[in-house]
Amino acid sequence: MLSQRTIESFVGLFLLAAIMALLLLAFKVSGLTSFFKPAGYDVSASFDDIGQLKVRSPVKVGGVLVGEVSSIVLDPSTFKAVVTLHINSRFNEIPDDSSAGILTAGLLGDNYVAITPMYSQTFLKNGSEFQETHSAMILEKLIGQLIYKLSNSSDKATASTSSTEKPAENTTASSENKTEKPKATIAPVSGTPKLEKPKTEVTLHENN
Amino acid sequence: MTNLVEISNVHFQRNGRAIFDGVDIVIPAGKVTAIMGPSGTGKTTLLRLIGGQLRPDQGKITVSGQNVHTLSRKLLFKLRKKMGMLFQSGGLFTHLNVFENIAFPLREHTKLSDDMIRSLVLIKLEMVGLRGARDLMPSELSGGMSRRVALARAIALDPQLIMYDEPLSGQDPISMGVLVKLIRTLNDALGLTSVIVSHDVTETLSIADYVYVIANGKVIGHGTPDAIDQNKAAQLRQFLDGLPDGPVPFHYPAKAFNQDLLEGIVT
Amino acid sequence: MMTHITALGRWGIDTLEQLGKAGLLLFRVIFRVPNVKKGLPLTLQQVYAEGVLSLLIIVVSGLFIGMVVALQGYHTLAKFGAAQQLGPLVALSVTRELGPVVTALLFAGRAGSAVTAEIGLMKATEQLSSMEMMAVDPLQRVISPRLWGGFFSMPLLTMIFNTVAIYGAYLVGVKWLGLDAGAFWSNMQTSVDFHADVINGILKSIVFGLVVIWIAVFQGYEATPTSAGIAGATTRSVVYSSLAILGLDFVLTAMMIGGW
Repeated sequence: MLSQRTIESFVGLFLLAAIMALLLLAFKVSGLTSFFKPAGYDVSASFDDIGQLKVRSPVKVGGVLVGEVSSIVLDPSTFKAVVTLHINSRFNEIPDDSSAGILTAGLLGDNYVAITPMYSQTFLKNGSEFQETHSAMILEKLIGQLIYKLSNSSDKATASTSSTEKPAENTTASSENKTEKPKATIAPVSGTPKLEKPKTEVTLHENN
Repeated sequence: MTNLVEISNVHFQRNGRAIFDGVDIVIPAGKVTAIMGPSGTGKTTLLRLIGGQLRPDQGKITVSGQNVHTLSRKLLFKLRKKMGMLFQSGGLFTHLNVFENIAFPLREHTKLSDDMIRSLVLIKLEMVGLRGARDLMPSELSGGMSRRVALARAIALDPQLIMYDEPLSGQDPISMGVLVKLIRTLNDALGLTSVIVSHDVTETLSIADYVYVIANGKVIGHGTPDAIDQNKAAQLRQFLDGLPDGPVPFHYPAKAFNQDLLEGIVT
Repeated sequence: MMTHITALGRWGIDTLEQLGKAGLLLFRVIFRVPNVKKGLPLTLQQVYAEGVLSLLIIVVSGLFIGMVVALQGYHTLAKFGAAQQLGPLVALSVTRELGPVVTALLFAGRAGSAVTAEIGLMKATEQLSSMEMMAVDPLQRVISPRLWGGFFSMPLLTMIFNTVAIYGAYLVGVKWLGLDAGAFWSNMQTSVDFHADVINGILKSIVFGLVVIWIAVFQGYEATPTSAGIAGATTRSVVYSSLAILGLDFVLTAMMIGGW
């Protein structure tokens, strides 16, 4: 039989191993940083639609991580989502006329906030608010948009549609009655010029 | 002479079978009292009743004037410190060596220093003649030796009453002789009151001061060993002399032998 | 017909009685003024017997389970071109489900059965009775340290299992299948939430640990003191614990996901 002292040291080692395991789980696996929030400042941005953005989603400038989303609340009067971004104090020279957009990492990845810097000589500071924001792209809306345009163009050149486009047209034609109404609601709310802009940004980002 | 244990009109049932059906026993202080009877008559149960581990359905058991079964848990534990019990299998803690086994009740109930505990344990081990075996584990002991260790442990707290559950059964003649001598000398030297439960007739009669014989849930005879030996009651004689047939039948109750055989043929 | 109904009724009453006894046992062990000076060394001994001695099986199983999940997950994810998501897949399945459940099952087999057999044997060899006759309460001296020892060991074992399993997945994914180490960890970090995944997994393991050790202790304490009785009690201890773990896992997961 082992002496009490030996047993106690083994139990101590066991406990130590478990604590180290927990620390690894916390920092290496789940990337927990909220206990030790790095020094930084909070800025806010309002979006019409934040998509799948969550608290602790990354905030990036040119693809480089500069901070994280610290809270998301709904403004009760404007019904916009007010997102608070916690930005590391190392990045304290971001122009205050920059715009914030919600982008998607890859085709099906998580959402993150991308800040596009502009040229102002005054910088963002604690409590600043982004003037220009771009909402998240919702795949369903984009597809709806696409179908809308396709059906418009196919109306203009009905004869030129190839056999491969036929099934697609058929489905849109069959669901025309249903899709007509949502399209009508989507278009005025988001507005075509607004939707065009993030699209270009995506391509830009992908080029990076 | 005062009575340390008084058992009056105790009834006890287990699984619907009456084990005791009105038993009266008094155990005088400072004497060796033997309780004998065939196997299965609940002799061990009787010891557990005295120790407060079981509760009688009816009747009263007092130990040094206190009713065992109306005591609070705390007082019962206090009373148990004055009792030692030697279980049939010894009941030694298999994860502790001989020394630690005997030191166990001292460590649990006293605040003595390690030196004091060591001395006390060695005294107890010397009494049972196993001072040299202090570092052995219980699995390394022979049956007789582990009973002697258990005996040393039972007297570690210097109890007033010590109960032996079949201390002699299954022992070779030498260890039986050793145990008989130990029981007698410990009783006389320490001023203990001893209760022996046994079915080894001759050895038990040789050390007991007073004998009770129980069978079928009742006391069928009691007296000094000599008086018991002279008793002519048939049931008592069958037990004491070891006759195969008598009031306790040789055959387990069954239907007539002929009929049983015939039934087998028919089907 | 009547006899069947009677048998069913008797079975029901017996089951209820067992449950009641088990509840009483737990109650009497937990709601008792602890004796720190005597109880702590005993509890530490049991943490050693139940926790430290289970480490080997936990570490080895954790490593292999992590490796297997990584291997399986890689080939499935590769079909969708999402092999980069291997880190999140492994980390989420391990911290949420596999870690607590597999650790608890192994714990029931390794430590729970040992505790049941030990207590049952102590009962059969009259060690518990003689302890009681020495005015020492077996609940306090034997049952309570084992219960607390198991209670403390389980979450610690789960944390170690989780870490080892994720490291095993790292070995397979990064070192063998050649995924990028940075992507492996950073994808994991963005998907795994410390509270929702890691802490909830550990909460599960605490519940499992208590249930497993409770069943083990109870089966040992109520075992029939014969060799067949102890064998039966040990089997029951493992079977009941495993069933309880899997059943409770569903309930706890539903609670955590449902946000109760």
